[in-house]
Amino acid sequence: MSEHPRAAQIAAAVKAGFVLDRRTALPALIGRHQDFLFVAGLAGTSKDIAALTDDGAHVYTMAGAMGGATMIGLGLALARRDRKVVVVTGDGELLMNLGSLATIAVMNPPNLAIVCVDNGYYGETGYQQSHTSLGVDLEKIATGSGIKRTMTVQLESEIAGGARLIREGNGSSFVLLRVKPTDPPAYKRDFDPSACRVRFRSANLPR
Amino acid sequence: MASEAIWQDEVYTLLREANVTQFAYVPDAGHRILIDKSLADPDVHAVALTTEEEGVALLAGADLGGARGVLLMQSSGVGNCINMLSLNKGGRFPLLTLVSMRGDFGEGNPWQFPMGQATQPVLEAMGVICLRADTPDDAVASVRAAIPMAFQGGNAVGVLLTQKLLGAKPF
Repeated sequence: MSEHPRAAQIAAAVKAGFVLDRRTALPALIGRHQDFLFVAGLAGTSKDIAALTDDGAHVYTMAGAMGGATMIGLGLALARRDRKVVVVTGDGELLMNLGSLATIAVMNPPNLAIVCVDNGYYGETGYQQSHTSLGVDLEKIATGSGIKRTMTVQLESEIAGGARLIREGNGSSFVLLRVKPTDPPAYKRDFDPSACRVRFRSANLPR
Repeated sequence: MASEAIWQDEVYTLLREANVTQFAYVPDAGHRILIDKSLADPDVHAVALTTEEEGVALLAGADLGGARGVLLMQSSGVGNCINMLSLNKGGRFPLLTLVSMRGDFGEGNPWQFPMGQATQPVLEAMGVICLRADTPDDAVASVRAAIPMAFQGGNAVGVLLTQKLLGAKPF
């Protein structure tokens, strides 16, 4: 078997504590995906969630408008207090809109959970290092922004606690899921933002 | 004719009659009455933003959940929204925004001119239909017109509240 083209990069990340594989850790963290409405941030996390749900109608995936996923999740959570909304976004996208964590903390809807899949790299653009593998801790930023229910999940044994955090509780939650910088699933999802909007509304709006 | 004091009350009533329940705002003197009314209204969510683009995304999420919202911002904030308006132009999410203008009629602050003068061209470049309002009657009529254009017509619509209407801040 030939060596992974980014073997040295991945080995360095593992040494720094980014050891989980997103392809198994994220599905384990989410559990029964039908329990949630999802907003998935652009690139890797949209592939993760599209693969997990077979590009389900309870998912709004993105491939642009970078930085928007967390706030789309807030608007959806405020509109649908009867459903649990999970935003799945990457470290690169979240770094672009850190202020949204402050806005979410102030509103604090209990039916909103944010999962940041943090691999420390901008995977979609060629695996350039992001700030989170250079010392920035997004869980501390979430805590400092005022989100009270936060957790970093970086070991297999911590996944069950993270799964409970996003499903339970009386305020918005934030889980930083640290993973090694290996590729997300190669899933061809619907890329049309308007078609995905219509699909989501048709399937999920109360009749 | 709607007086200076009551046109914002009329606008708020119009928005609530149209079932607008999410009021996203960056604090601004021109929107003070609408912001205060939404904060005092137990039937709506008043969402203070750290930057205006958050509001564009928030209201796309509201639409996914079947709710309607409005984004209250100053013209300088329009510049912060440009890429996020991809949601509206590409995703056909409706958007209603009320923009209090700076850097136009009677402005004395040179910092306000670059974005103030670029506001309408920038919005139009991203597919936002602009209605300019110069008088209190105009403001009420424009908001009344913008509501069906946005929420039934499926457009992004901005009502630009000009400094002829709001007055220029003295410096």
